[in-house]
Amino acid sequence: MTRSNAFISIREVDKYFGSFQAIDSVSMEIAQGEFFSLLGASGCGKTTLLRMLAGFESTTSGEIFIDGQPMSDVPPHHRPVNMVFQSYAIFPHLNVADNIAYGLRKQKLPKAKRMEMVDEMLNLIKLPGYGQRKANELSGGQRQRIALARALILRPKVLLLDEPLGALDKQLREQMQLELRALQRQVGITFVFVTHDQEEALTLSDRIAVMQGGKVLQVDTPAGLYETPRTREVASFIGNMNFFRGTVRRNGAATGAVETEGLGTIPVALDQLTKPDGTTVQVALRPEKFTLSGTKPEAGMAIEGTITNSAYLGERSHHYIRIPGKEEPVAVSTQNFQRADGGGSTSSEAPVWLSWSPDSVVILDDA
Amino acid sequence: MSGTYIRRPNRPLQIYAVIFLIVLYVPVLFIPLFSLNDSLYVRFPLQGFTLQWYYELWERPSVWNALWNSVKVGAVVSVISTILGVITARAITRYRMPGKSALVTFIMMPLVIPGIIFGVALLVLMSRLGVPLSLYTVSLGHLIVCMPFAVATLLPRFEGFDPSMEEASADLGENGWWTFWRVTFPMVLPGVIASLLLTFTISFDEFIMAFFLTGTDPTLPMYIWGQLRFPQEFPSILALSSLILIVSFVLVFTAQRIGRVGLNRDPLEAA
Repeated sequence: MTRSNAFISIREVDKYFGSFQAIDSVSMEIAQGEFFSLLGASGCGKTTLLRMLAGFESTTSGEIFIDGQPMSDVPPHHRPVNMVFQSYAIFPHLNVADNIAYGLRKQKLPKAKRMEMVDEMLNLIKLPGYGQRKANELSGGQRQRIALARALILRPKVLLLDEPLGALDKQLREQMQLELRALQRQVGITFVFVTHDQEEALTLSDRIAVMQGGKVLQVDTPAGLYETPRTREVASFIGNMNFFRGTVRRNGAATGAVETEGLGTIPVALDQLTKPDGTTVQVALRPEKFTLSGTKPEAGMAIEGTITNSAYLGERSHHYIRIPGKEEPVAVSTQNFQRADGGGSTSSEAPVWLSWSPDSVVILDDA
Repeated sequence: MSGTYIRRPNRPLQIYAVIFLIVLYVPVLFIPLFSLNDSLYVRFPLQGFTLQWYYELWERPSVWNALWNSVKVGAVVSVISTILGVITARAITRYRMPGKSALVTFIMMPLVIPGIIFGVALLVLMSRLGVPLSLYTVSLGHLIVCMPFAVATLLPRFEGFDPSMEEASADLGENGWWTFWRVTFPMVLPGVIASLLLTFTISFDEFIMAFFLTGTDPTLPMYIWGQLRFPQEFPSILALSSLILIVSFVLVFTAQRIGRVGLNRDPLEAA
């Protein structure tokens, strides 16, 4: 993406609560119509950042631009954003229709027009005919949809969602994820979505910002974050990862190589190697990028080890494989294409060959 | 079915509660009892049933005058103390401020400071300032007495109030003023009504402040005090006291019920 279509621009933003720094020099750009997630454990600053976009928290320094306008002096009720709260904040004294129409007061529409818009929203969130229901007669999923409708009826430029699926049970959450994604495509509004659930972020987002300790670690597409994490934190936060210590050893200009603990000197794509020869680096390999075989494979890199532990998980199995020269066992995940007999398919302490493709090797930025 | 240990009926506690209520209210119940007794003297045995004392009250303009004074003071005091209570409760629950707990203690202090001290203090202040005693000075005294009750009634309402409700309103385009009237006020309304009823009752029944601060217009308790000198008026006073008792009970009970509307119900519980 280019700078020109940045719709939300967060520049060098800091936020202190007293002496505690909640947001540490965060900069990012979010494009129009993008489904953008802020992902991180609780306390990482993601909700604070969202509340700064909404205007409920001020920035200590730095500036936030939405649609080209600086937001510092714009109070929440004048910002072109609407929010879906974690608690949904459905007004308990109003019925569903009045909740959804809450923000329409200033538009001074005739009642018929207002009702029409409410009905349209109720259809959009698949709750037609619910207008006269009282707020306390609604289930969690229904509240969540009504909170969405109440925000979307104002046609905001940006919709902010603060862990909106956190209070729902697993099944409903997965259904709402699909609906939310479909809804976002349908209305074409920029969504900024806060979550601590990495799977949810991967499922929903166009791009994800991984946050930790008030800092943004990496901003990338779901596949980009998973396949080419830049740091150890990001790599282990999203999915599982094996880490190896390595030293850069270039064989001339054509190919890159890293001398890696346990794996020997392995070829690495040149664009991964930004550091000079002799530098210590972190080498990362996802468990499912390995192939296990009983005999030495014909081609490619392979190394012999012994299985110390296996876990059968249905559609796949997890194995822990000890290899010479590395202290922790290597985690390997295999798909169970064939029927597995007796749960764990491989007997313990069996010798196996580990192989992998050079292009699945990731060299992390941090040493 | 024995139920869990803690929920098992506790006979001694139940008996204690009954005795407690008897000791508390039986003396009070003698007042309506003798107000219906056909005798000038308060003593057993009862002489017979009569409504004569109530008729006499009805016929007496000075009673109506005192009643009207009390209603005027009560109305003004309940409205002002409730408005101040709403502002105070909102400030206490919404804003971080230094010395908040000390502030709350000071607001609640009139509950435990003897009324006679406040009464004397206000009387001295008024005479120093040259303010003549009137229903206004009585109202001022009642305001001090009623404020803690208003705040205590409204505080749980504001505390049980999800702050994201007000944020949601702001987010949907309403400024502070409209947010207050469209979200905050409707949500605390039961507490407001409860506070109005409670503070009205307290002002209506209040004697000590009125004793020090009343000018020429007596409130109802002051009128009763004045009439106690005349033995032949005593049964009428009992009748008047009975009426005040009943009205107070009804108002306070209503306040209690309304004050709790929707308070114990978790909005997500229905989910």
